[in-house]
Amino acid sequence: MTRWAMVADLRRCVGCQTCTASCKQANATPPGVQWRRVIDIEIGEYPDVQRAFVPVGCQHCDEPPCMEVCPTTATRKRADGIVTIDYDLCIGCAYCAVACPYQARYKSDLAAFAYGAQPTINEALRHDDAKRSVATKCTFCVDKIDTGLAQGMTPGIDPDATPACVNSCIAEALAFGDIEDPNSNVSQLLAKNQHFRMHEELGTGPGFFYLWDRNPS
Amino acid sequence: MSAAYGPNPWQQAHWDWRAAGNFICGGAGGGLVTFTVLSGIDGILAKLLLLAGLGLVGLGLLCVWLEIGRPLRALNVFLNPRTSWMSREALVSGLLFALGLGLLIDIGALGVPAVVAALAFMYCQARIVQAARGIPAWREPLTVPLLVTTGLAEGAGLFWVMIAFQARGGALFAALFGALVLARWLLWRAWRARIAASAAPRALAAIDASGRNLQRFGGAVALALIILPATGLLTGGWAALLLAIAGALVAATGVHFKFTLITRASFNQGFVLKRLPVRGVPRS
Repeated sequence: MTRWAMVADLRRCVGCQTCTASCKQANATPPGVQWRRVIDIEIGEYPDVQRAFVPVGCQHCDEPPCMEVCPTTATRKRADGIVTIDYDLCIGCAYCAVACPYQARYKSDLAAFAYGAQPTINEALRHDDAKRSVATKCTFCVDKIDTGLAQGMTPGIDPDATPACVNSCIAEALAFGDIEDPNSNVSQLLAKNQHFRMHEELGTGPGFFYLWDRNPS
Repeated sequence: MSAAYGPNPWQQAHWDWRAAGNFICGGAGGGLVTFTVLSGIDGILAKLLLLAGLGLVGLGLLCVWLEIGRPLRALNVFLNPRTSWMSREALVSGLLFALGLGLLIDIGALGVPAVVAALAFMYCQARIVQAARGIPAWREPLTVPLLVTTGLAEGAGLFWVMIAFQARGGALFAALFGALVLARWLLWRAWRARIAASAAPRALAAIDASGRNLQRFGGAVALALIILPATGLLTGGWAALLLAIAGALVAATGVHFKFTLITRASFNQGFVLKRLPVRGVPRS
């Protein structure tokens, strides 16, 4: 079995938001909708302050709360762990958005563009009215993964089969791959480093891992 | 640090007064249907009360319909009863309307099934809120009995308000009303204690503001008004008047509480790092 997952190395992320911009370019999300974003956390008080940049978005959970609550079956989980939304089934009730502990879902009622009423060339090319007034979220660039796999490529290794945010990361802080494959890039990263998952206590089983230190062993 | 995107908890902005309207009207409507059937009253008054209860449930569902992004696809809501309490709520509402209609055309045997459907409807609504794992104040398990009890108490309150002109104040039903009000008060306090550690401070502040009214006017004052009719020491018009005032207080404070819960206390939990990154990483 394959289980696609994302790994974010918190030691490497510099908060440049290139992944955010790359995601917006790749998916042409409207203003205010950021499927991938990097939050800036400050901990402590002057002069003892630490800062961390944390990429967040859909965690493609093992037990997605959004899927459980969805009244229409629009939200589904594929066998490879990717959580998807069928925009033609979704009624836009936003129940998934309030149920998601990661605030990864959006609903935008208007067809808005970055620079006003006129879409940019990229927005015009990628605009999809089916995404208006329904729930949307990060897809792990599932189309690229599927197309790449069909062409014999390896997601996480071959850029054409890898999510846009991972491709764009300037610090190699983001990695993507199959955690069921012990030899994959992400499995190796998880083996060599100590990691945690966000709000793991809720039992969601996020497919998004955060590295914070080397593994002492 | 952006306040809009955390890491600190922020108020969900997806469900507004329309979603709150569903829980307010649905709970009170279900409670009114339940209390009307259990009271055993009949005739045109019973039908009016049933109609009001079903109307409230319908109004609540209309509120939701106004909120969804794709209203023409609303029937898709029935597609996932296997796991979604929203689908189950929609299905049970259909059953409740069918049974209520049966009662309105004098099929008396449907009374108990209608009560069961009304209770099931309120239970589904409570589970909808509790299943939202993104919001600490909602996902607490005590949210379910609290919302069901609140709905019943509000429905009972509306019942007493609507029959006030009849100058009736049955001691048994007044006692049941009092028990519901007391149960709601106690459940609210237990629920508030349970969410103290998990809910955001601003959520707790909003909850406490509405909770003060719920405890004082919808709790202590209402119980003081109910006690004489409930013990049979006061009957007739004065008892009906006291029960109607208590009913109005209980219903109004319940509405305020639910509105607050859905639109003011629905802070998420933000983002929390279990560990801070250790700097200085070799590239290997």
